[in-house]
Amino acid sequence: MNSAPADSLSPAASLSLAAARSRPVATADTRILEVPGALGGCFPQPGLRRGSTLVIGSVSGGVSLALSLAAAATAEGAWVAAVGLPSLGLVAAAELGVNLDRLALVPVPGDRWPGVAAALLDGMGLLLLGLPGRVRSVDARRLVARAREQGTVLVVLEPAGMRCWPEGPDLRLSVASTTWDGLGTGHGYLQSRRLEVVVTGRRAAARERRAVLRLPPVLPGPAPDLTRPALVS
Amino acid sequence: MLVAWFPDWPVVAAGCLPAVPAAVVRANRVVAATAAARADGVRPGLRRREAQGRCPELEVIPADAGQEARAWESAVVALEMLTPAVEVLAPGAAALATRGPSRYFGGDEALAARVADAVDRAVGQPGCRVGVADGRFTAGLAARSALSAPSALSAPSALTARTARSAPGARRQPVVVVPPGSSRTWLAPQPVSTLGLGFEALSDLLVRLGVRTLGDLAALPGPSVLGRFGPEGAAAHRLARGQDERSLAARTPPPDLAVIAELDPPAERVDTAAFVAKALADELHERLANLGLACTMVAIEAETEHGEQLVRRWRHEGALTAAALSERARWQLDGWLTGGEESRPSGGLTWLRLTPQEVRPDDGRQLGFWGGATAIDTGAARALARVQGMLGPEAVVTAVLAGGRSPAEQVRLVPWGDLRSGPAHRPGPAHRAGPARRVGRAVAAEMPPWPGRLASPAPAVIHSPPQPAEVRDGDRRPVEVSGRGMISAAPATLTVAGGPPLAVTAWAGPWPIEERWWDAGGRRKAWLQLLLDDGAAHLVAREAGRWWVEATYS
Repeated sequence: MNSAPADSLSPAASLSLAAARSRPVATADTRILEVPGALGGCFPQPGLRRGSTLVIGSVSGGVSLALSLAAAATAEGAWVAAVGLPSLGLVAAAELGVNLDRLALVPVPGDRWPGVAAALLDGMGLLLLGLPGRVRSVDARRLVARAREQGTVLVVLEPAGMRCWPEGPDLRLSVASTTWDGLGTGHGYLQSRRLEVVVTGRRAAARERRAVLRLPPVLPGPAPDLTRPALVS
Repeated sequence: MLVAWFPDWPVVAAGCLPAVPAAVVRANRVVAATAAARADGVRPGLRRREAQGRCPELEVIPADAGQEARAWESAVVALEMLTPAVEVLAPGAAALATRGPSRYFGGDEALAARVADAVDRAVGQPGCRVGVADGRFTAGLAARSALSAPSALSAPSALTARTARSAPGARRQPVVVVPPGSSRTWLAPQPVSTLGLGFEALSDLLVRLGVRTLGDLAALPGPSVLGRFGPEGAAAHRLARGQDERSLAARTPPPDLAVIAELDPPAERVDTAAFVAKALADELHERLANLGLACTMVAIEAETEHGEQLVRRWRHEGALTAAALSERARWQLDGWLTGGEESRPSGGLTWLRLTPQEVRPDDGRQLGFWGGATAIDTGAARALARVQGMLGPEAVVTAVLAGGRSPAEQVRLVPWGDLRSGPAHRPGPAHRAGPARRVGRAVAAEMPPWPGRLASPAPAVIHSPPQPAEVRDGDRRPVEVSGRGMISAAPATLTVAGGPPLAVTAWAGPWPIEERWWDAGGRRKAWLQLLLDDGAAHLVAREAGRWWVEATYS
């Protein structure tokens, strides 16, 4: 996520960049949920296709990745619901950029979680779904079809242990390695981490992609000047 | 005019029995006390400390005007069963016109006895006093003098005032009836201090001028009183002569807004019941619209043929429209009739009722010029309300950030539809502030500092309840934290909930937390951040001699 200085771009390139930034977000024909930063770079498109299903395995850093995607959705005005995630850290969500005004939680949906998830798939921009355990493939197929029909991104978080999403998802996210900074032996505190994210999937995403990102995102140099549009998105 | 007065209403409204010494205090002054407290010398107007000095076991209750008014409402409803025009003078006092009801019930005494009886029944304890006179002021004084009447106050006026002893039941009612046209005579021996609220300065002045009773005041010529004391004096003069001309400002009984429909035959299927609910919602909405009201909370109730009652309340920040109302009714019926075995009713629904529980004047809804509710928000709101219909209103929550030390304490969950009060929070970019030890970076920009808060980044998974764990050092001995916040040895392994021991590669802490040490809810613990060799990082806490994994940086 190195930023190129504005002066090094040609006028045409910077104009098109400015046009892209000022374009109204989430128009009806935008079929991509843009994901900023290095995380967006590891998808086949520069973001997530609306209506696609993404499975995040039970890995260290998986919940933070899911929250980063939720932050991208709330940033463009869409709503996010988290179903079956009673242990979600909401302070962490706010720190990763999730607008809590647009985050609804159904912490304990019980046995009726497929119905709850299906009801929430129309109306939400992104749905975080924590699985209680093994999923019947008929439920999974119904949810995938519903997400595709409603144009909602379905992010499935698998519980610790086995892979329990029966369908082959459009994308599967996993973390190859995690390195934390800031913690010593008896001193310091956890400050930020480097995640190596591996994305596999079907069709365009069949080729494995890797990206390295920092959470929370740390920008090099001084604090960004908010009056000028940053060139990194 | 008839005035019904319940002495010491604030303590009665607070639910105190006369035998328990208790007093209601407003602005550090006693405003009302129970009979037991009065027996110990507690009087209205005393300071709280003085009252406690006279009666050490006194229960002191802070005044709650809303509760007093609500509790009096049942008595007012009981009075409205006798006559339609009732004016609420204050919580604990009500006035009604006597001419018609007296003829109907057979005289002023009979009416007064009935009123006292009705109020006592509605309140649930005896004590109501009733006064009847030409004007409200005289009737109020008569009601106040009702119980103490026989001995002291009405002795000079025994010719004119009769204490009614012939109640319909054998029980003697505290009632004083001043016959028509004799108000001035009855008022004459009363001291001028009985003029009451608004006349304190005047009555004080009158006493110093030698005008001690209302009779003395009434004997003065009217124009002179007006000239010397102004309009306030003239008003007092008129009251003292028994010329209380303000007419009754009867309240309009609140309309009954609930709508109900009987289902015959009982509805077993959702669509049958939902069809009726739709008609009910339309009817309710029309009724509200005619009154210029909008409904913000509605209760949907139903009863099955086996007598099971199903109630659920729905709240909506904006007003509920007819369509929204019928949608909610349908979702809720859907949730009941197709829900799980334990929640499903055992028979068909026999009646259905919609009761508006919170209404407000329908002043329209002004949407924001920028932002505000959009089509996306409306769609999301519908989806969330639908889930509430399936699982109940408390199942869908939104989060509001609040102050606190641990990550779990910093979040308050608000059911969807309730007001998200508290500090408005708009998380900014996570990299605004520089690194600050033990202060959340993104949140620090908006929230006031909270000393002892855990450092940013916050853990993304918070275990509730915390998982039991064991932390051991290199020699497999348990690691402990002393009372002074010192750790016994460097942690080497972490065992979570009986799993295999995991090697610790880096750690920091302990950060001791001492909360509410001044009362029984206090807790002491110490936090430790542990980084394991598989890259997982945990927040563990030592509390009550054990280790717990409180959160995981996932």
